[in-house]
Amino acid sequence: MLEPISVSLASLNMATLAPMLIAIAGGLIILIIDLFKSNLHKSLYVMLTILILFVDFGSTLGLSVNERGFFDVMLIDGIAIISQLLILAASMLFIPLALTSKRFHEYSYPEFFALFLFMIAGFQFMVASDNLILIFVGLETASLSLYTLIALHNRSNSYEAAVKYFTMGALAAGFYAMGSAVVYALTGSVELYQVSNVLQGRVDEAGIMIAILGGSVLLMAAFAFKLSLFPFHTWTPDVYEGASAALAGYMSVVPKIAALVVAMRIFGMYIDLGVDWVSTMIIVLAVLTMTLANVMALVQEDVKRMLAYSSISHAGFVMAAIALDTTKGNTGVFLYYALFMFTNLGAFTMLWISRHKNRVYHERYDHPYEKFAGLIKIMPMGAVLMALFMLSLAGVPPFSVFWGKIYIMSAAVDAGYVWLAIVMGLNSAIAAYYYLKLIVYMFLHDPRENDGTLYYNLSKPLMTIIGIAVAATVASVFFMQPLVSYIYYMVSASGY
Amino acid sequence: MDNILSVLVFFPAIAGLLGFVVDKGSARVYGISVATVELLLALWLWMSFDTANAGMQYVELIPLVPDFGINYYVGVDGISLFIVVMTALMTLLGMIGMSIEKEIKNMIISLLFLEMTMIGVFVALDAIVFYLFWELSLVPMLYIIGAWGGPLRIYASVKFFLYTFTGSLIMLVGMLFMAYLYNSVSGVWSFSLTDWYALVLPENYQIWLFLAFFAGFAIKVPMFPFHTWLPYAHGQAPTIGSVILAAVLLKMGTYGFVRFSLPLFPDASVMMIWPISVLAIIMVIYTAMVAYAQEDIKQVIAYSSVSHMGIIILGTFAMNAEGISGSIFLMLSHGIVSGALFMLVGVIYDRRHTKLMSEFGGLAAVMPKYAVIFGFMLMASVGLPLTIGFVGEFLVLLGFYEISPIGAILGGTTIIIGAIYMLTVYKRTFFGPVTNEKNKTLPDLNGKELTALVPLVAIVIWLGVYPKPVLGPIDTSVKALISFMHEKARSDIAKDTITLSKSVKEAK
Repeated sequence: MLEPISVSLASLNMATLAPMLIAIAGGLIILIIDLFKSNLHKSLYVMLTILILFVDFGSTLGLSVNERGFFDVMLIDGIAIISQLLILAASMLFIPLALTSKRFHEYSYPEFFALFLFMIAGFQFMVASDNLILIFVGLETASLSLYTLIALHNRSNSYEAAVKYFTMGALAAGFYAMGSAVVYALTGSVELYQVSNVLQGRVDEAGIMIAILGGSVLLMAAFAFKLSLFPFHTWTPDVYEGASAALAGYMSVVPKIAALVVAMRIFGMYIDLGVDWVSTMIIVLAVLTMTLANVMALVQEDVKRMLAYSSISHAGFVMAAIALDTTKGNTGVFLYYALFMFTNLGAFTMLWISRHKNRVYHERYDHPYEKFAGLIKIMPMGAVLMALFMLSLAGVPPFSVFWGKIYIMSAAVDAGYVWLAIVMGLNSAIAAYYYLKLIVYMFLHDPRENDGTLYYNLSKPLMTIIGIAVAATVASVFFMQPLVSYIYYMVSASGY
Repeated sequence: MDNILSVLVFFPAIAGLLGFVVDKGSARVYGISVATVELLLALWLWMSFDTANAGMQYVELIPLVPDFGINYYVGVDGISLFIVVMTALMTLLGMIGMSIEKEIKNMIISLLFLEMTMIGVFVALDAIVFYLFWELSLVPMLYIIGAWGGPLRIYASVKFFLYTFTGSLIMLVGMLFMAYLYNSVSGVWSFSLTDWYALVLPENYQIWLFLAFFAGFAIKVPMFPFHTWLPYAHGQAPTIGSVILAAVLLKMGTYGFVRFSLPLFPDASVMMIWPISVLAIIMVIYTAMVAYAQEDIKQVIAYSSVSHMGIIILGTFAMNAEGISGSIFLMLSHGIVSGALFMLVGVIYDRRHTKLMSEFGGLAAVMPKYAVIFGFMLMASVGLPLTIGFVGEFLVLLGFYEISPIGAILGGTTIIIGAIYMLTVYKRTFFGPVTNEKNKTLPDLNGKELTALVPLVAIVIWLGVYPKPVLGPIDTSVKALISFMHEKARSDIAKDTITLSKSVKEAK
């Protein structure tokens, strides 16, 4: 006869689970509504999703720092809170992009919105735990939903993208599971804080380094897939190209924030243990990623593919900050994504509103550079806004990404990596070329054939989103101070 | 009005934003009115400036990101005051003389934003604010060259952007390192220049930081061998682009040396005198020779402008009051003279759509007013006494003579070679019989062009004869700068080199 298990509800600290539960419940509500009455307009679902995310945002904001809950698998520390807030904010900006003036297949299914909410719950689990198994569950929940969201775009290359992403994701999941298994074999635990304690005691044992390195390499490979670090980045441009522009913009921000948080937890632990090799590996990967992705971006003919490579390069830039393992570096990671989020989403939204059902301008690409030739003469406002986003991505002050860049470069200088800061600077200079290329096309070339339908997909909600993105990009200098001090406080409170 | 500097910086920007609403046909008048108000504000700044005070005046400090030590921090001293005035003047005159009709509204708006960034660079006292305006100035210039330029305009504008952008990112790393050093000494983050001035650094740090800042400034100046972007930019830019580029944008580099490199790294500056002087002398002689070989009048002026920038660098690194005051005065005179010369080339280009010397000849008979003004500017450019060009060049060479007589003599060849190529241009363009039929009916300068050029002629003569109103305040601030550097320098060699000149000491 087994002892009956008695657990008091208070000890579960269910508040730590509240944000994810809200997202999941919201997804279920959307599905139930569809059961009762089908063929409702997408605007209903969009607004419901925003409201659910809003409640979710509120419950995350109300969490207190450094709490554990649910048999100690949930860990609500500063970085869990900030990353959830960033994920939710980006999601709230993303979902109104469904309200285009033209109909798109995927948004006519309420399942799209339900899957979207499940995906967010998955990301939230990923960042709010230091249990390797729960992280894995969150990662897979989010990834499986995301594959489906991509495939819903209903184009042959969307299916290709989804399958490609799925295959690569499965491989990454395999690496992750093997890496976790090695960690478990070494320490008998999957909880990172216990792993850290055990390893602390064993780190000087003869021969153990090989096992530690093996585990870290497997985990690194898994996250390199998710963060699209070189040489595991090859799926990214194809997947972004296949996904809708809006979803591609989303994918270049939110999954990366989630993966970076986990990387910060796992690799931060290794670096704290004195495994210098891990930080060297991260820096090498990061430098290769930003440089090679930049070089690849130079030769792209399609703006979306260029932005895909550019987002790889930005991810490499941020990844380097993790290797520094300083509070400033980790603050820089969140600051960078908080600022990059608006600009990047803005840039992808500009592509999204210029999306035609058929490829009008090029047989292979949706958004070739030629499409935007002479835009300043056709739609001056559109050209100026797109140029603002491009300049911001290039790191021209005072636009938002510049502040993230100098913060991370400054963190690198502080940590004694002046050469890394110089590499980052030179990479920004290379990157300037391809952002400039679009500006040159928009401002300095003459328009090609123009049928007046370039911004064919434009609608009021999309204009609002672009307005928010522009405001955040241009006025970033004025909210830098509260943002930096809040993030710095949160990161240092959780000991990173 | 204590916040006049902020008004000066943001007035053109706000005017530029409002300019989007102004009708196309009225854009030009709008631009000229705004630029006039801006010039009047700049003159007001000059009039209310306390010339006896060597320090920063009209200082404003608003914290932007206090946790990271970034403040909106501006101020003006004798060194920057006149560059600000010259910027406002050249923007206004450039706009008046401008002959562009195509997309005039976009041009006016770009110029107004450009004016904000230029003035911002010269009044910024916070490194990040300085960097911000410095980088932002590339964007309107990219558009001006790229949209209104010649056949290779896109190549030229992208080259211009990428060159300067690359250099300044290295400078940015230098700035971040400087802030890090300041933080490790004082425990506080700060990017403000006046805080950084207090930091005494060991020589090896100074050298590396000097080189990081050098990357940014030298490309902008542009110093040999980083000058290759400039002939393209000038060759392809429209007249107004070349005027602003030569008159103001290049000065950002030389101003950066005076404002950042010298006071922050006095020992490194002294150690680098030789390498930099050699580069500067090569730049002076080599580009002057290249100028002689050009067929295109605009290219001659472009290379001559690079050559004169070499003299400015020599003066800056003379490390004495004559040299530095002279180089700052030369920045002003170079701005006015090369700006005017580019405008003059623009005049003839508008009429004939060519800038080749071989197409002209005997213009003095057809366009007498034009020939006279061109003649004045030419004399000023080669540094004839009693013109504005003489004062600066003389002081620079006098200052550098104390560092090295040979160097000063080699630098002085600029006057001789300059006279050769400029007089050749003049001879081939203006003298002799009118050989080309098309030139016989060319109209002389019209009212618009005269309005833009006559004030410049007046300034050239006025400051050539009586430079004191300008030279006085410059000298006051430069002497303060030098005695500060003298105090701050660690090595004896540096202390010996950085002196108020001997003649001044004897006079005391």
